[in-house]
Amino acid sequence: MTIWRTLWRDLKLFVDDAALAASKDLRIEWRARTTLAQMLPFAALVLVLFGFAFDANRPTLELATPGLLAMTMLFVAVVAVQRSIAVESFDGARRMLVLSGMAPAAVFAGKAAAVAVQLLIIMGLLTVGVVVLYDAAVESILLVVATGVAAALGLATAGSLLGAVVAGAKTQQAVLSVLLLPVSAPVLVAASRAFGDGFGTVAVNGWSWVGLLLAFAAVNAALGAAVYGALLEDA
Amino acid sequence: MNPQSSSTTTSTEEAAAAQITGYLGGPARTRTRFTFWLGTLTLVGFAAVAALGLLAVPADDVQGDAVRIIFVHVPSALGAYAAFGVTAIGSLMWLWRRSLWWDTAAHAGAEVGVLLCGLTLVTGMLWGRPTWGTYWEWGDVRLVTTLILFLVMVGYLSVRSLGGDSASVATRAAVVGLVGAINIPIVNRSVTWWANRTLHQESSLTDGKLEDLTLFTLVLAFVVGAMAIYWMLIHRFRIGWLQRQISDRDLSEALRTRQAEAQQ
Repeated sequence: MTIWRTLWRDLKLFVDDAALAASKDLRIEWRARTTLAQMLPFAALVLVLFGFAFDANRPTLELATPGLLAMTMLFVAVVAVQRSIAVESFDGARRMLVLSGMAPAAVFAGKAAAVAVQLLIIMGLLTVGVVVLYDAAVESILLVVATGVAAALGLATAGSLLGAVVAGAKTQQAVLSVLLLPVSAPVLVAASRAFGDGFGTVAVNGWSWVGLLLAFAAVNAALGAAVYGALLEDA
Repeated sequence: MNPQSSSTTTSTEEAAAAQITGYLGGPARTRTRFTFWLGTLTLVGFAAVAALGLLAVPADDVQGDAVRIIFVHVPSALGAYAAFGVTAIGSLMWLWRRSLWWDTAAHAGAEVGVLLCGLTLVTGMLWGRPTWGTYWEWGDVRLVTTLILFLVMVGYLSVRSLGGDSASVATRAAVVGLVGAINIPIVNRSVTWWANRTLHQESSLTDGKLEDLTLFTLVLAFVVGAMAIYWMLIHRFRIGWLQRQISDRDLSEALRTRQAEAQQ
């Protein structure tokens, strides 16, 4: 009984710390409006430029919608993770985080959750964008939402982990892209296939690809929780 | 070539070598009697593989002379996996034991692995053109995942050049090394997992279609390739270890100078 009580207390502490870290990042975002001011115009621009790149050919754009959606999310994830690192680069904020006494795994979970929330907001707006601009028809809204959530979790966990790797370095922005883009290739493939099923452009079982996305997120979350403390201390 | 500039270069190199020798309290060399003989034997082995592969092994009925590329392609692919395995183990051990010996081993594995992985991709493309009719096939998952593994490990080397103290660089790189290692089983088993999306043949050794001499040459190429990889890993490790000793000496020297300045 005591073991369960201790476990429950530790879990509650972990969730509280993670919620605190996530709410901190989201509050900063809300006050700075970076998500709206930078990421949203960036995502909209990518959609418009793809329209030009495909010669404004509506059937081609409709077919390419799942891949474009996944790729735009990937690009936006790079910007979101860079922002997540940037909020702790001044006034010794990273050192304060180490000294705060919060469990490093909880800080990692919180920061990844904050990035995932921002990606989900952008994903929702992007979905509206492809329906309006590319004439895409959603066949399974549940699958599209599940894919968006799983892809956001995968990108957020991998991004937060690699963001911590490059944090504090002079060339962090360039190196983050070099690391995150190839590592996120499975997300791009799986999300494209699952979105394809959701938009009815590809005849595959989208739910198995959602499973792959969740597995990717779980592996990166486990790795991040294990090594985030060492990265914070050494950064 | 200007003889004066040549002699200046030589004297500069000699001065640098003498400085390193002085720093380390002994000769700064990576060669031992064992590595000398290993290297010599490897060169002889390469000559034998080249002679057998280019002159003795018959052309394949289907692939023609392109089949000879497997004597470089397959050993370098397995060598790349092995070298990245060294990086993964070294990374894990650094995070666990905090030993710079393991970090140096991980770095050596990554550099050798990137070289071999690049060689695998280039030889694969050269083989693909006459056999598949294209240098690159996007539908082949093993090709694409090998390229991704290559890019992740190039990222590992980029992280090592970010700068900072030894422990910080080692921790950052170790995390990327582990992320890269997660890709190895995906690459290796991708033919089985996504069998309907690959042009790659099954393992050349296990499908039993190789002629006796071809099989012998391939096995010899594996043995010689393993020796070459071991030789490269040892030398790269020793270079890394010497670099660490020099930078530690530089740091101690700088600290001593500052302390002396403060006391004046």
